Amino acid sequence: MVIKKTDDIKSSEITPKDVYLSRRNFMRGAALLATTAATGYIYRALNAAPQPRVEGEKLADVVRAEPSKAAANGYTVNEKLTSFEDITNYNNFYEFTTDKGDVAGVARGFVTRPWTVAVEGLVNKPKVFDLDDLLKLAPLEERIYRLRCVEGWSMVIPWVGFSLSNLLDAVEPNSSARFVQFETLYDPKRMPEQQGGSLDWPYVEGLRLDEAMHPLTILASGLYGEALPPQDGAPLRLVVPWKYGFKSIKSIVKIRLVSTQPATTWSAYAPREYGFYSNVNPNVDHPRWSQARETRIGEYGKRDTLLFNGYAEQVGQLYSGMDLRVNF
Amino acid sequence: MKDIKFYKLVVFVNSLVPLSLMGWDWYHQQLGANPVEFLTRTTGMLTLVFLFISLAVTPLRKMTGAQWIIQLRRMLGLYAFFYGFLHLLTYIWFDRTFNLKSTVADIYARPFIAVGMLSFFLMVPLAITSTKGWIKRLGGKRWARLHKLAYVAAVGGVIHFWMLVKSDARLPIKFAFVLAVLLGSRIVIKQLKQKPQTRTLIPPA
Repeated sequence: MVIKKTDDIKSSEITPKDVYLSRRNFMRGAALLATTAATGYIYRALNAAPQPRVEGEKLADVVRAEPSKAAANGYTVNEKLTSFEDITNYNNFYEFTTDKGDVAGVARGFVTRPWTVAVEGLVNKPKVFDLDDLLKLAPLEERIYRLRCVEGWSMVIPWVGFSLSNLLDAVEPNSSARFVQFETLYDPKRMPEQQGGSLDWPYVEGLRLDEAMHPLTILASGLYGEALPPQDGAPLRLVVPWKYGFKSIKSIVKIRLVSTQPATTWSAYAPREYGFYSNVNPNVDHPRWSQARETRIGEYGKRDTLLFNGYAEQVGQLYSGMDLRVNF
Repeated sequence: MKDIKFYKLVVFVNSLVPLSLMGWDWYHQQLGANPVEFLTRTTGMLTLVFLFISLAVTPLRKMTGAQWIIQLRRMLGLYAFFYGFLHLLTYIWFDRTFNLKSTVADIYARPFIAVGMLSFFLMVPLAITSTKGWIKRLGGKRWARLHKLAYVAAVGGVIHFWMLVKSDARLPIKFAFVLAVLLGSRIVIKQLKQKPQTRTLIPPA
């Protein structure tokens, strides 16, 4: 007697070997594809893509100096301009983030109106300027400067602004004023890294009065003919082309004339590595890296760094007799 | 399913993803404003990531009992070495323009370069002796002891990373934390294993 097993799988239901294998291969292919996509996604998520360009307000009536004259006094430089995209997507602005590629994204939508700048201290006419009034103190000029970051990279940027001396003349520094101190906005709600971060806030910088009065030292409110984007220091920043970039303080709200050398953020953080002067100097290395050469953004090779960032002719006399190794 | 060949393929392909994307971005000129700095930083970070993953294999195996994952370790370690080599190459190529003399001078002048270089060269004997033949030749125990150097290389790599940041050390601190967890898990696993042997019976009074 044949006992029929009821749970026998009918031969028609057994998956043929080739179908089984192709199904297995299909599953494997899918798994391989899925993990690869996930890895790619993680890589992309960790590396911020450049931000789409935000059209800045066009600045009217920008004066362009006569080229030959401008070249002689350092107001322009005959080198290829760094692209707008690179200038606005590679930034050191630790109030927003320490990731240079991500400042543009984090700073997007930073509100810069209303904005006031208090100019005070040892002056005869202290005043809190509304930004738009301050920008009417002198005609806006285009200044094409090299910018050398202490980290070893550089750019060529067409700034729009005017000499800081125009503002200082307006408030009349008195005879005991020797230094100028600058302060960035302190507002942790708008500048998220100020809620903690790695430096003491607000960011402060300083110049000797003669450095501040030098015509090359400018207050900039724009670049490439447009209002400054937030990541580049909107709405008003300092630009001191012969010093490392961190001296060119951004988003300024206060300028104070003082009699003694003021504290500056990076120098206070690491006095051995960053001095008050921080003049670009290929012969004085940062304790941890060389300053002899630099990467020009947009180029692959390295080029030699120039003494005072190439402005020695204009500013060298400010430091005559000074030991630049001691006063780094 | 212990389909080790397939798993190896998955690890092999996935480990090539960062390199492929870097190559793609290089070709399309979208490595950002400072491509050399980006490549140097990213290959350095990938070296540490692969070192860490390879160092996580043994603790994971002991915790989960999944013995087969040990077979993926060699490939992960070799990828760490491979990305470390690319990292060194970007430095020697773009920063030193293949100038041996200036490279040596730079190692001498900058401790963070020296530490990084040392960590890389610690991985060289590990890469060479990663084959089955070398395991046999050295004997399992000696081979295992030699390959503890992976930890020294990882510690050196994290120090190298930490030494070069300007002020924001949060990322190297995170790497150091993960490494501490990896090292700590080994100690904990070892202790747990020893426990039954050290338990003493309290004699009745």
